[in-house]
This record gives sequence, C-alpha cells and structure tokens, in this order.
Amino acid sequence: MNSQPNFWFRYASPQAFYGLAGRLWPGFAVIATLLGAWGLWLGLFVAPVDFQQGQAYRIIFVHVPASWMSMVIYLAMAFWALLGLTFNTRLSGMMSRALAPTGALFAFLSLWTGALWGKPMWGAWWVWDARLTSELILFFLYLGFIGLTSAIEEPRRSDKAGALLALVGAINVPIIYFSVRWWNTLHQGASVSVTQGSSMAQTMLSAMLLMALSFWMYAIAVALYRVRTLILERERHTHWVTELLSAKETAA
Amino acid sequence: MNPYMALLRRDLALALRRKNEVLTAMFFFVVVASLFPVGIGPEMGTLRLIAPGILWVGALLASMLALGRLFAADHQDGTLEQMVLSRASLTGLVAVKILAHWLLTGLPLVLLAPVLALQFDLSRDAIAVLMASLLLGTPLLSLIGSVGAALTLGVRGADVLLSLLVLPLYIPALVFGAGAVQAHTAGLGASAHLSILLAMLLVAALFTPWACAVALRIALE
Amino acid sequence: MIWNSVSEFWAMGGYGDYVWGSFGVTALFMALEVAQVRYERQQTLQRLRLMQEAQTAALDLPA
Repeated sequence: MNSQPNFWFRYASPQAFYGLAGRLWPGFAVIATLLGAWGLWLGLFVAPVDFQQGQAYRIIFVHVPASWMSMVIYLAMAFWALLGLTFNTRLSGMMSRALAPTGALFAFLSLWTGALWGKPMWGAWWVWDARLTSELILFFLYLGFIGLTSAIEEPRRSDKAGALLALVGAINVPIIYFSVRWWNTLHQGASVSVTQGSSMAQTMLSAMLLMALSFWMYAIAVALYRVRTLILERERHTHWVTELLSAKETAA
Repeated sequence: MNPYMALLRRDLALALRRKNEVLTAMFFFVVVASLFPVGIGPEMGTLRLIAPGILWVGALLASMLALGRLFAADHQDGTLEQMVLSRASLTGLVAVKILAHWLLTGLPLVLLAPVLALQFDLSRDAIAVLMASLLLGTPLLSLIGSVGAALTLGVRGADVLLSLLVLPLYIPALVFGAGAVQAHTAGLGASAHLSILLAMLLVAALFTPWACAVALRIALE
Repeated sequence: MIWNSVSEFWAMGGYGDYVWGSFGVTALFMALEVAQVRYERQQTLQRLRLMQEAQTAALDLPA
C-alpha cells in the first residue's frame, strides 16, 4: 500500500518514464499488428456481405474504429491535461502533445472514410449527419490544440494553455454533440448508420472491435514513441540526457 | 467606489474615446448581412429562409473579430498584470471586462439586428425572436470567447488561432440561436431554443470568468 | 471463403474504389505517421548531439 504512490510518482519523472515508454512501445506495436491482422482477416475474408449496403459496408471496419479512437484519444488528452494542471507535472503536458497528432489523424480518417462511405450510400460526399458533423468539430478541436501549443514558445505556458484548452474542449464536447444532434433531427438530415434496424452479424461486430482495439494499441505505441522524443527535447539540459547523447555518440 | 465599478467605467470610457473599435464590429455585421443577398440572389423566399442563419453567423463573426481587443490593450500597457496582482478577485475583474466588452461590441449587434432583418423581409415577431436570441447569445459568445482570447494573449498569429479555437465552442450557441428563429417561423415556437440558450448563458456566466482568469494567469506568469 | 476469385475481392461488389480508397488511405496515413515519428526522433537526436558538441567545444572541456 505504501509503495503504490511511490510507484506512480517515480514514473512521473520524465527520466523514468523515458525508460518505461521505451520498453513498452514495441509490445503495443506488436499487439496492434496482430489484432489488426486478425480484424482485417475477419472483416475482409469472413464477414458476410451486408443485405442493404453490399460490400461497401466494409468501410466501417476502419471508419468506426477511427471515430472511436479520435474520441478516446481526446479523453486521454483531457485526462493528462487535468493531471498536469492539478499536479503541475511536466510529463502530463508532454503526453497530451504526444497524443494530439494521432488523435487528429484518426479524426481526419474518420471524416475521409465517412465521406467515402457516404458517397455510394447516400449520394453525397458529405452529409450533415450529426455524428460526422461532431467529428468535424472534434477535428477542429484537435487542430486548435496543436495550433495553440505550437504557437506558444515557452514550454510551461504552452503545456498549461494546451491543458486548459483540452479541458474546455472536453467539457464542451457533449454540449456540442447534443446541439448538433438537435440541429440535425430538426432539419431531418440523413443518418449514417451501419445497419438500419437489423442487428449486426457476429463476425462484423468482432471485426470492428478487433480493429478498434488494434487502433488503440497503435495509438498508445505511437504516443509512447513520440513522448520519448519530446522528453529528450525538453530535458536536453539535464545530466541524464547529456549522458545518453554521449553514449549514443560513442555507440554510433 | 469598488474596483469592479471603477474598471467598468474605465473600460467604457476608454472605448468610447476609441470609437472606431466599437464601430468596426457593427460595420462588419452590416457588411456580412448585406453581402449575402448579393451573393445568393434577391429571391425573397430564399432570403427569408436563410435570414436567421446569415444574421446569426454575421453577429457571431463580428463578435469573434472583436475578441482580440478584449485584453490586448491592457496587456500592452501593463494594466492586465496589475489586475492579476491586485487584491481584487481576478475572476470578478475578468467578468467586468467581459461585460464592458459585450456592452460595446455585442449589444450594438442586438440593436442593429432588426434593421438588417428588414433586408430579409422577416416578420415583426420573427425579428423579436431574433433579438431575444442575440440578446442571450452575444453575451454567451463573449464569455466563451474570452477564454480563447486569454489563452492566445500575446501569441503570434493570435487572431487566426483564436478563431480556430473558438469556432467549435460557438457551435451550440449558433445552433440554438439561429434555430430559435427558424423554429418560430416554422410555427413550433422558440421557447425551447431560448430556454436552452438562457441555460447555457447562465452556466457560462458562472464558470467562464473563472476559467478565463486561470488562462490569464497561465499567460502572464 | 466468401470470395470466388481475387478479382471479385478487388471489385468489392462494384464499390472497390470506395472500400480500397478507405482502407488504402488509412494504411497510408498510419504508415506515414510511423515514418514521421521515427524521422522526428532521428532529427532531434542529431540536433541535440550537435548542440552538445558545440557546447563542449566552446567550453573547451574534454568530451
């Protein structure tokens, strides 16, 4: 019981986290690859054709996982933001910054695949469906975070400003989603959904979940890898980094 | 006189001496509202339909443009730092600044709206709903926007960045604000939309000055 | 096996462009992201090492 708080605080130091992240990311990458392969196998070679949407429905095997991940990553960013503002830790800001580009990527992919799904199904590259519109807004929230943290040069201010923005965004996401749904139903817009009414075949659901998990593991791997680079940059004046750089120099 | 009233009077007096800042927001609103019919075509049926959206977006953009000036002048001459260091509650001072800002850049939009609405042949009661929605909505936009203005204080490219930050957060206000007028025109009644706007305004009034104060401390420390 | 031939697989019931446009772009961008993080790390290491060398040279300290 006594050792548990010490465990967490130990890894709150950038130096310790650098090592931990270095050991962990390859594992996540491997799991991501295996789950992705399995998910793709189920989704492309086992799951049957959809009655209403034909083979085009298979886009959900990337569209839905990308959507989910864009939201999960934003929540993770908000979590690190809260942690950083509460405990004033350097690492929290770095983790948020490490996660943001991947989150933005998934938001973009969600929009891209959504458009490619919408075109054959509903005849238009963009339908102002509540979920796609909310996804677009989420994409802007990511861009705003990346823009703000890039524009502020002083690292501590940049971290804190980004954290506050991420939190304000996170609190607003439900409000934004609710208002967009209200707007959409009022104007009787289209609704992009997988199967209207009928339940999804078991293999379809499994494939989707596997791909979602794969994307999640991928996101963690990339974020851990990215945060290591950020740590090196931020902590470049510390003894352990100068030692590490010298060691790499002699090894090279 | 307490520091809050003093700040309010000071802000209002300063702005009225620099009238062109106040007028820019109003002028922008007029320009946007006048350009859309030119761009879309004079068909009255179409214009009546899209009027709530256009007028609301125009007011929203005008409000967003004015945000950059909320803290900029005080930041430049050091008054802002004095405010952060003073014994008065920063949250209170921020709330006063936002109020002054709204009185100068938001309220005029509410008063201008009926005039512009005439260009779109909106009925008198639709105009009343529009004014009510803007009366509730523009302070909401000022409050939400103030956090963005504080976060981007002194940052290069702040104006564009501020727009990007604040745009997603403005969506709910726009949906319910323009939606109120549209619902009224459709015969469904605007009370639901206006109630939601009022609720959002109250929540924002309670929390955003504090969040803005936090952002100012982050920006100035 | 749900596909009768490879060409059937690629065609995706007529929706091939959309399906492969989705999967393809997703795979591409994820690969690009991986390349980008690796490049970023390389560049950072290189830059920091150069800075460190410059510092030790300026201070005239043994490396």
